[in-house]
Amino acid sequence: MTDTPKHSPSRRQFLAGAAVATGAAATGKLVHAQAAGPDPLITELQPWQQYLGDGVDVRPYGVPSKHEAHVVRRTVPWLTADAVSSINFTPLHELEGIITPNGLCFERHHSGVADIAWGDHRLMINGLVDNQMVFTMDDLMRFPRENRTYFLECAANTGMEWRGSQLNGCQFTHGMIHNVVYTGVPLRLLLEEAGLKTSGTWLLAEGADASGMTRSIPMEKALDDCLVATHMNGERLRAEQGYPVRLVVPGWEGNMWVKWLRRLEIGDAPWHHREETSKYTDLLANGDARRFTWEMDAKSVITNPSPQAPITHGPGPTVLTGVAWSGRGTIPRVDVTIDGGITWHQARMSGPSLDKSMHRFYYEFDWDGRPLLLQSRAHDSTGYVQPTKDQLRVVRGFNSIYHNNGIQTWAINEAGEAENVEIG
Amino acid sequence: MSKSAKMMKNLTLSTALVVLGAGFAVAETPAPSREGGFGLGRAALPEEIAAWDIDIRPDGLGLPVGSGDVYTGEELYIDLCSACHGDFGEAVGRWPVLAGGRGTLDGEDPHKTIGSYWPYLSTVWDYVHRAMPYGAAQSLSDDEVYAITAYLMYLNDMVDDDFELSNENFLEVAMPNETAFFMDDRATTELTAFSVEPCMENCADSVSITARATVLSVTPEQEAAAATAAAATAAAAPTPAAVVEEVAAPAAAAAPDPALVAAGEGLFRQCASCHQIGEGAVNRTGPQLNNTYGAPVGSHDGFRYSPAFQQAGESGMVWDDETLTAFLLDPRGYIQGNRMAFRGLRSEEDAAAMVAYIRAAGGEAK
Repeated sequence: MTDTPKHSPSRRQFLAGAAVATGAAATGKLVHAQAAGPDPLITELQPWQQYLGDGVDVRPYGVPSKHEAHVVRRTVPWLTADAVSSINFTPLHELEGIITPNGLCFERHHSGVADIAWGDHRLMINGLVDNQMVFTMDDLMRFPRENRTYFLECAANTGMEWRGSQLNGCQFTHGMIHNVVYTGVPLRLLLEEAGLKTSGTWLLAEGADASGMTRSIPMEKALDDCLVATHMNGERLRAEQGYPVRLVVPGWEGNMWVKWLRRLEIGDAPWHHREETSKYTDLLANGDARRFTWEMDAKSVITNPSPQAPITHGPGPTVLTGVAWSGRGTIPRVDVTIDGGITWHQARMSGPSLDKSMHRFYYEFDWDGRPLLLQSRAHDSTGYVQPTKDQLRVVRGFNSIYHNNGIQTWAINEAGEAENVEIG
Repeated sequence: MSKSAKMMKNLTLSTALVVLGAGFAVAETPAPSREGGFGLGRAALPEEIAAWDIDIRPDGLGLPVGSGDVYTGEELYIDLCSACHGDFGEAVGRWPVLAGGRGTLDGEDPHKTIGSYWPYLSTVWDYVHRAMPYGAAQSLSDDEVYAITAYLMYLNDMVDDDFELSNENFLEVAMPNETAFFMDDRATTELTAFSVEPCMENCADSVSITARATVLSVTPEQEAAAATAAAATAAAAPTPAAVVEEVAAPAAAAAPDPALVAAGEGLFRQCASCHQIGEGAVNRTGPQLNNTYGAPVGSHDGFRYSPAFQQAGESGMVWDDETLTAFLLDPRGYIQGNRMAFRGLRSEEDAAAMVAYIRAAGGEAK
């Protein structure tokens, strides 16, 4: 091996001229790229090597590198009437692992971000309990608490894609989701404190914002795994995520995770409020509508490559990655295809596999430079397999808006650019 | 498995151990209950429960005593709701459509309105009361909510124009689409059908693209967004010219009290759902407010003013401390017949703060 020069002069010349990288050469030997000349970033002294940088405390609360300024939530202005009752999207194509940084968690408000001081917030429990009660935030911090990692997906995520491919970017097609470690008091403990009456079968969660957001939750779920959360990813909730306290309803549609949670009323029937009748119900083709479609079905999306994250390196080793999740459990398996579903490959799962949490998958392959049709297909721990959009349309029609968990397709062209398409 | 079984034995009963595929585990000990409770929190007082327990249920739970008729509701609706929802519930822009749509739910373009879709009248009452008017939630009296609800029923051809809705007849109302709703049935219609081992090889002979997003071209342009953001940042920095002007004109009216401006900025949140002010402000539900103070009433290009505003402007009325204060305290009474869906600020102090903010934020006419 050592006797054979790895890079012949002719090979070096070729690379200098063509400026391309390559994988295995025709001979089967690994051949690395060669530079045309010395890299000035190495041979010349750079400012950061010579001069002093910022000291400590320049930013007492740290922010991302200024070179990452493009990694931001983005909205789609035409979706809503104004920017107050509106939505923006998590930049999934810029993220790795399974945890969404707090500042990038998508926002959905119905009357803007309520601005409430920790000391001014109150949580009331009323209705069918032995003791109707009021808690301060400091009271809540004296209850035992738990740490749990859950995805929160808006039921309308991918809702713009029911009738066909519409938005070019997984941020816009799939970005109404985030995955966060919550710290919170089990809702069960607060209900026990108030003394739940046996007639209490439903719970109304209400927000303190100007929309007075309300959702009805069946008591079985409330007593099972709901949290009254004060912290996300180790710090107190961001204002736009419900500071100082929000409800966590694992695996169920994001609208139920009431932010700025001010009141829990116990009752013996659901309330049928606006967000569970006019909205967040699923209109079927025959004009009838499903109500209380709480669970989020298993779903996945390839985040790289994708329309906002094209392949820029040309043919050769390519890392495909994406995220998958299910409101009914974990994701033991994701299948990936690069030829539009003729052949599927089991992706490699990497990172924590937690109940009702986002999972990360990878599929590494050598791109031959020809067009690709990329899809991913999640399997959850119940055996459910993510369906195609057409399979969903057969059952639900085209008017459902919510709960679109159909398989997403990205078309990659020779230049490595990706486009949101449907195939058949 | 034997190893994890052994580990399980060693754990206390209250500890669940989740063993994951890659061989690491997350120990989860549920937060413990305490017999009889923790003794935290305090009893809610009746006045406190009354203040917050505002929800209404289809069976009438929570419905207060009161009444309102279609005529009263129409007046309130035109004043408070029509700027966004349109005079007949047809909606302006992308604000929700409230009326019509019957018979469209099984078509290609379903209109989900109160009349065509909403299953319960209590939902209307509850939502209007808790969240409307947009930006002034919970400002309507119970009778006003009854009246607006009655008018919305009238707009949806559910009642005649002499109808009065009250807590007495509320439960007699059945909504046209109530029976179209049914409980989530995915467990029987989808879960089993989709829980099938899928094809992995030779799953199709060929595939072709049937739809493309680029044909629609509705994705926001990232470059454009970045450029706008950069421009906004640049605009936010004080320009040298403005600084010079301030220094050179000490004899002009004193700069507004910063505390007053700050107070006004806080109050402006009530206005921001309809009005923009400052760099880049554009007309929305209401006109943008730059170059307003010192200018004639109703003078912003491109905004469709009410006849009342047009007349006020034509008669020579100009926005100054006096007219703005009077208008902000009583928009309906001061310029009768105008369309601003706002009932007025609470005090002279608030009005002074708002005027100061509007002037400071770009409202001063150039």
